[in-house]
Amino acid sequence: MDQPPRILMCPPTYFGIEYEINAWMSRSRPSDHAEATRQWQALREVLVRVGASIEEVLPVKELPDLVFTANAGLVFRNKVVLSKFLHPQRQREEPVFSEWFMQHGFEVVPPPEGISFEGAGDALFCGETLFAGYRLRSDASGHQRIAETLGCRVLPLELVDPYFYHLDTCFCPIDRETALYYPRAFDEYARRALQEAIPRLIAVEEPDARRFGCNAVVVGRHVVTNTGCESLHHQLREHGCEPWATPLDEFLKSGGSAKCLTLRLDGEDAATWKFETT
Amino acid sequence: MKRQPTSLATENSHSVEEIEIRGHIVDSLILPKILDVITSFGGQFSIKHIDIGHARTDPSHAVVEVRAPDEATLEEILAQVCDHGAVPTSQHDCQLQPADIPGTFPEGFYSTTNQRTEIRWEGRWIPVQDQEMDCGVTVDTAGPTARCLPMTEVHKDDLIVVGHAGVRVFPEERHVERHAFEFMSSGVSTEKPKGVMVREVAQELFRNREAGEKTLFVGGPAIVHTGSGPYLEHLIREGFVNVLFAGNALATHDIEHALFGTSLGVHLDEGNIAEAGHEHHLRAINRLRRAGSIPQAVEQGLLQSGVMYECVKNDVPFLLAGSIRDDGPLPEVVTDVLEAQRRMRQMAKGVTFCLMVATTLHSIAVGNLLPGWVKVVCVDINPSTAIKLTDRGSIQTIGIVTDVQPFLRSLVEELTALESGQSSTGG
Repeated sequence: MDQPPRILMCPPTYFGIEYEINAWMSRSRPSDHAEATRQWQALREVLVRVGASIEEVLPVKELPDLVFTANAGLVFRNKVVLSKFLHPQRQREEPVFSEWFMQHGFEVVPPPEGISFEGAGDALFCGETLFAGYRLRSDASGHQRIAETLGCRVLPLELVDPYFYHLDTCFCPIDRETALYYPRAFDEYARRALQEAIPRLIAVEEPDARRFGCNAVVVGRHVVTNTGCESLHHQLREHGCEPWATPLDEFLKSGGSAKCLTLRLDGEDAATWKFETT
Repeated sequence: MKRQPTSLATENSHSVEEIEIRGHIVDSLILPKILDVITSFGGQFSIKHIDIGHARTDPSHAVVEVRAPDEATLEEILAQVCDHGAVPTSQHDCQLQPADIPGTFPEGFYSTTNQRTEIRWEGRWIPVQDQEMDCGVTVDTAGPTARCLPMTEVHKDDLIVVGHAGVRVFPEERHVERHAFEFMSSGVSTEKPKGVMVREVAQELFRNREAGEKTLFVGGPAIVHTGSGPYLEHLIREGFVNVLFAGNALATHDIEHALFGTSLGVHLDEGNIAEAGHEHHLRAINRLRRAGSIPQAVEQGLLQSGVMYECVKNDVPFLLAGSIRDDGPLPEVVTDVLEAQRRMRQMAKGVTFCLMVATTLHSIAVGNLLPGWVKVVCVDINPSTAIKLTDRGSIQTIGIVTDVQPFLRSLVEELTALESGQSSTGG
């Protein structure tokens, strides 16, 4: 590849647990800000080591979750479908991301009216198909409308475990035919749909899933996860991947990990469209 | 056991909604999931339309009708399936416009059919009452209630449905239990075994009476001319007829027969022409007019037999609608056709079975007023009567092409057999 993979991050300057909008968050269990900063920095360094080029959106006071750039939107070629957050606490992030995308040459597509859509957190390409999580944060009908706009196939997958509230917490495309998933986060129909659609589906065990092992950043064959996902790393090596572990517990308190802290701007390596010339 | 042919219509009026599902609903198993959700919550579905995408990127599209036993269940199902991306197809209320000129609808008014109809108002489906073809629909938003309204009954400022948005019609075959006359798949039958058909009619009359439901009989004067009056009298006496609609002629010749033994001057028992018999019907009418009314003639002992006599004696309400060629007419004859229609509407309410015998004009008039779920059997020597009835929209009509006399005679025989069967097995 001529251009290095581009990843958007947001420094955790204002990161903290200031509200509770998922099962992980508890204001009685605050994150250690200094430690969070060290962990974020370490993740950034790993990503640079595996070849990524990091771009940053400026942190904004009172937007503690702006650090989770995965939820900024869904990138498709030079377009980005902006998010429409379910919770008002995060809706204030929308104009910040919108502004950044416009300034950086993206064609900004507003989300469909009247729905919730939480960007790459709930919509991930694997091969030609957009896999989309719904029920907990994003709406099924929204995914269908977005797929119509983009002209791609979408498979909405129902998420049933509140600890795995975004698709990227329990599903991670590795390449066009391989993905990680934590089966119990999905309902039976979604599990069957995934099994039908993805040739190599790697089931992640519960302890690794609870360490947010599926919330991994994929750069080529490099897969970066939180620490404590030894079994998963073994599985990844068996599939020819090179796993990296970096501690991200301060973000796990907020219900996020490696993937949540990043947004792939040039398209995930598992997305077929990325390799198509148009 | 009481049977309620119209109860389905009433039950379903608040418990049906159509949804559509788009996208890759087959690969994602969203469609089977939605169908499973519907049934697991106690609903039923029927796929009304499905369009499966050909290529992998082609989305599919399905339109599914969801039915639930009650409104609360339906709401629950809809809330569930909407979470999976299903969207109700009809999200618009009907459009209402106040009538600006009495006796007319606003331009673009919704013209009704005789099929069960609902309108959507403030997000809810409301059943249209007094279902009748060729009317408008007026809505009382306070209820809210809706009913069919004939053009002539429109008052200024009545709220009238305009356009088709927010209106849905339920074709009868989709929800009513199978018609009693299943074997008669084509409407008009000249080449079918009459015996079987007559037995079916007898069974229907019998069932209707046993269930305490309402049978309407519409008859023409040929009943009297052919000497079949006594059979109709039998039906009235035995409670198989609950309402009688006819014209001046049937009543006149029936009374002529009661008073003079003739019908149109012909002795019904001998078939010969009475001297000055052509005057009999006028003299009969005159006597009745002098008596004041048919019930008064019965009370005074003037009228002692016949169809009209049995109606009075058995408290069977009747309506005699006039026509331009009527002699007399008899005191009860309603000569204002609009008033006659109004009364027919009132008297036909709750009718579940209608037997029309030997009359074209009255059959069509009554057919126009009946909702599509009322079973109608039209008996006439002329096939065109039943055909006309069907062509004018009373598609539920079963036509039996036969002479009146053998039909009514066999009908009475069948009913008598049913009665005796009932008494011998009923204990």
